Amino acid sequence: MFHLRLVPDNTKIPFMNGRIAGLVVSAILSIASIVLFFHPGLNYGIDFRGGIVIEARTPQAADFASLRHTLSGLGMGQVALQEFGSPQDVLIRLERQPGDDAAQQAAADKVRNTLAQSIPGTQVRRVEAVGASVSGELFANGMLALGLAMLAMLVYIWFRFEWQFGFGAVVTLILDITKIVGFYAITDIQFNLTAVAAILTVMGYSVNDKVVVYDRMRENLRIYKKMPLRDLIDMSINETLNRTVGTSVCTLLSIIPLALFGGEALQDFGIVLIFGVILATSSSVFIAAPILLFLGENRLRRGSPDAASAGNTPATTP
Amino acid sequence: MLYFSRWKIYLILATCIAGFILMLPNFMGRDTLAALPSWYANTRVSLGLDLRGGSHLLLEVDMATVIRDRVEGLVDGARQQLRTANVGYTALNAGERAVTVQLRDPAQAEEAVKALRQLSSPVGRTALGGGQPDLDVTVNGGTVTVALSEVALRDRATQAIEQSIEIVRRRIDETGVNEPTIARQGNDRILVQLPGVEDPDRIKRLLGTTAKMTFRLVDVNADPSSGRAPPGSEILPSTEGDRYQSKYVIRKKVEVDGATLQNASAGTNPQTGEWVVNFEFNTAGANRFAEVTKQNVGRPFAIVLDNKVISAPVIREPITGGRGQISGNFTAANANDLAVLLRAGALPAPLKVIEERTVGPDLGADSIRAGLTAVVVGFVMVCVYMIASYGLFGAFACSALFVNLVLTLAALSLLHATLTLPGIAGVLLSLGLAVDANILINERIREETKKGRGVFASMEAGFSRAYSTIVDSNLTTAIKMALLFVFGTGTIKGFAVTITFGILISMFTATVLVRLMMVTWLRRTRPAVLPV
Repeated sequence: MFHLRLVPDNTKIPFMNGRIAGLVVSAILSIASIVLFFHPGLNYGIDFRGGIVIEARTPQAADFASLRHTLSGLGMGQVALQEFGSPQDVLIRLERQPGDDAAQQAAADKVRNTLAQSIPGTQVRRVEAVGASVSGELFANGMLALGLAMLAMLVYIWFRFEWQFGFGAVVTLILDITKIVGFYAITDIQFNLTAVAAILTVMGYSVNDKVVVYDRMRENLRIYKKMPLRDLIDMSINETLNRTVGTSVCTLLSIIPLALFGGEALQDFGIVLIFGVILATSSSVFIAAPILLFLGENRLRRGSPDAASAGNTPATTP
Repeated sequence: MLYFSRWKIYLILATCIAGFILMLPNFMGRDTLAALPSWYANTRVSLGLDLRGGSHLLLEVDMATVIRDRVEGLVDGARQQLRTANVGYTALNAGERAVTVQLRDPAQAEEAVKALRQLSSPVGRTALGGGQPDLDVTVNGGTVTVALSEVALRDRATQAIEQSIEIVRRRIDETGVNEPTIARQGNDRILVQLPGVEDPDRIKRLLGTTAKMTFRLVDVNADPSSGRAPPGSEILPSTEGDRYQSKYVIRKKVEVDGATLQNASAGTNPQTGEWVVNFEFNTAGANRFAEVTKQNVGRPFAIVLDNKVISAPVIREPITGGRGQISGNFTAANANDLAVLLRAGALPAPLKVIEERTVGPDLGADSIRAGLTAVVVGFVMVCVYMIASYGLFGAFACSALFVNLVLTLAALSLLHATLTLPGIAGVLLSLGLAVDANILINERIREETKKGRGVFASMEAGFSRAYSTIVDSNLTTAIKMALLFVFGTGTIKGFAVTITFGILISMFTATVLVRLMMVTWLRRTRPAVLPV
């Protein structure tokens, strides 16, 4: 019977040959991401910055020029207009209005009324107005969730594996997260509460992937007591390669429809997850494993390297 | 791991069937549901506001005003207490949360403290008794300070928010919104969710009005345009409805409080055809109103709402029936709104809307359609991949994935969980993560087979080896989602909920159910090689 195999069986790819290259490329990308985070910075959504978003559907294709003119005339600072899905759908974004939280509400009502007057038949499909105090708290909570998630992962992996594994996983996670943030900066996708959910999801996926590869390394460490760590890591990655690729493909297959059919709201989420899954899969191989190799060279096994090279046959048969 | 006792098989099948039955009401029409017993008809997922359309408002109680009101009350109380006790003072000032009294004679400090202590009342009382005084009275030379204690402030805040929630509920009920959710959030916030409300303008206006109504006398001797009011009076603006004057000098003393109103309704004046609000006092209010109107015939009597004068008609004759009428150039809509506000009662402090998220119903419907399309396409694509990769075992995994969807929906229905748009994304993502377990198992079985093991041994080893990895990887995801549930807000919580359920249930469907299918197939066909 024919079975689809994306990766041939019994691969012996020497992944650890690329350990330095992997870490260097990753470090460069992460540093670039951090630079991008500060300049030009993230496109914070109203969840975190406060402000007003209104989605409207006009009876005919929207006339952006006149709409921009009308709304700018309200004297409410910069008004950003954007086509949203179809030529009839307009997304209107306003900066946070000076004054207290109630000022946002007043401004939102004003835009709503202006729309109703200037383009009769316009349907306001969505209104979101968030004040400064709420957006500040949402941001703090989001960051707290990310920080705690990181801590929980460290503790969990530490508890289940040796500390080298926990450290390797968390460093990899930090590198992953910086790159996702960089992705947000480059693509100008809005950074809001959904973004926090996306980052947490990618973190979950990434740890998940690392756990599977680590699990196999731990198992092989017990079986092949004398194999050099470098060969053992390569072997473990190769053995789990089919699973890694399979799961990544399945997860991608489930996310791609999100980016294609999920509507404007879920599209960004889907795109970030696609990037994240690819990132997390490659970081298991090119970052988490090399870190483990550097940390664990002499610690994860007993016995001298000389003795280790003497044989790499299974010590025990389970 | 390959043996299933008979009762275990029944239990597994029963779980699947129960899940299927429990999720059915989600797809039934209104008529079918009406014919079913309510406990069963109600096991449905409730749709979040982003999917069904509606308005989400976050309100904040202005606690500064609550405290200021209390301090102002303390000033009046202190003045009276000191007068009764015959304690002279040179100054009586209200601070942020304390009142300071400058005594004329420091020797009277003890008497002053004794008199002022009487203002205190116990707070934080429990069923066991106890409670602490709400005021701290301290002396420093000739200065006596009466401060609200920490407990008192907290108690006051709790009271204010509980009262506010009650009033908000009454006001919203008056507007006829279906199934509103009104809940306390944090120390000073109220979350209001209004399904089906497309333009929350009117409700925001209703909630943004304190509606503190008082009846007070007009100080006719003072000139409102002078800009300065005599002691005991204040200058108040009139509402736009008042045609006669833009400002009034009103006495501070409240003759009749709006809290004594029993009923209010909008109506028209039969003579002029104008919109008016008719009101009715309770007994205490009616008596008080009769007394005041009797004593002040010929003088203007102001109706003040939230420090604005609605009207100030001249009392022509004593009103003893306890009924009255407010006319103030109303339209039908704002006469109705005022009646609603008066019936529901005044808020203890102003409420501010600090967050609004409104979604129109057709956008919600679009989102549901988009979400469902994505789920169906995702499901089909994952299944195609699994069957292409693992043949029969892939098909087993797919049927388990379908059962996973059914059971997830059943669990959400049982808990009446709210499904949001991010929640649908969670369902989709958990499809991909759930088959991970099957991929792990199948790959493992394959490896074992290649090592030359027999059919049963490979399968046994495949399941038991993969199991610890599956538990590990799923637990890490569950930890994340728990954090997201705690710290996330609103619709994002829905994402955490669906993905957590999807993953926990996949532990059952992807391992137990798939194992049952494989074992059954194995016993029936007794193959020489496994189709992986």
